[in-house]
Amino acid sequence: MSTTMLIIILGMGIVTYIPRVLPLITMNGKEMPPRVKAVLQNVPYAALGALIFPGVLYIQEDIWFGIIGGITALSVALFGANLIIVVISSITVLTIYSFLF
Amino acid sequence: MHDKGDFKTMLFPSIHKQKSEFLQGIYAGLSIALGYLPVALTFGFIAETTGLTLLETIGMSAFVFAGASQYMALSLIAIGTGALEIIFTTFIINIRHLLMSTAISEKAEKDNPIIKGVYAFGMTDEVFAVTSTKAGKLTSPYILGVGCLAYSSWVINSGIGYIIGTSLPEILQKSMSIALYALFIALLVPSLKKHRKIIMLACFAAFLNAILTLFIPTGWAIIIATLASATGIEVLYSKKTNMMDAHQENIDKECG
Repeated sequence: MSTTMLIIILGMGIVTYIPRVLPLITMNGKEMPPRVKAVLQNVPYAALGALIFPGVLYIQEDIWFGIIGGITALSVALFGANLIIVVISSITVLTIYSFLF
Repeated sequence: MHDKGDFKTMLFPSIHKQKSEFLQGIYAGLSIALGYLPVALTFGFIAETTGLTLLETIGMSAFVFAGASQYMALSLIAIGTGALEIIFTTFIINIRHLLMSTAISEKAEKDNPIIKGVYAFGMTDEVFAVTSTKAGKLTSPYILGVGCLAYSSWVINSGIGYIIGTSLPEILQKSMSIALYALFIALLVPSLKKHRKIIMLACFAAFLNAILTLFIPTGWAIIIATLASATGIEVLYSKKTNMMDAHQENIDKECG
């Protein structure tokens, strides 16, 4: 392994780990003010929204790929299907789409 | 007559409980492992074409464990960017985990900082999404279980991707790029059905993120959109409940 590559990997590892670990060890079990708590409880849903959109549109050059895949996942999930079924269904639908177009 | 397993359970109930929590985590991590499969395979494949060695490819996945920034690093290495810029960009992209870890910290059981330090390493978007949407308090073995499976899938499949390269049919590679987004959608939908507030939280964050990504780096856009939506919708809702409470008080006064 080249030295530059080693520096890149270790450096990337350290700067990725710091934001992940800092809150967990500095706030071990400490009670937070109720307002902060309420906002933090909202974070998962807001984060999911931001993680999905607009990223899903750009998974392939063809924007319809993301739209069709996303709508498939949404419909299957609305039926209450399990996570893995949702993932497999959207992959299957997109494979069919690629064969047809 | 008890068999050996039952006997152990009787003697060490807490160990048994921890083990089952860990196994539950492993099970919940399955969907992430499946979602990582295509992304990690592709990472391995691109790493090979970028000129990394197998050891460097697996090493990056093992030490960094962050999809988006690893892809970014490859593209920067390909155009000959310096180490410092790559590391700084990685930091910018991954700073969003600060927010996610804070939210998990609020939900997680109190535990030894070393154990928290271990599972913090695995706090990717997907591990956060799976653990944070689970009902109730989070135990350390559960978070570790989810992280372990996700991590193994990421590291092993990066190596496999490097080795098999293009042999995976292109059509399948393309379709599999939806996997992680499908996972996120599947995690969000059950909660969407429960509460209108959750629909607003997700939609407002998505909308803001779409605008912000036009102007600022993705990592910052996600963190700002998430914070603004989580705070903004909270303010809106607490105002609404206050107004409803006031309205209720008026009715109570008139009737009473």
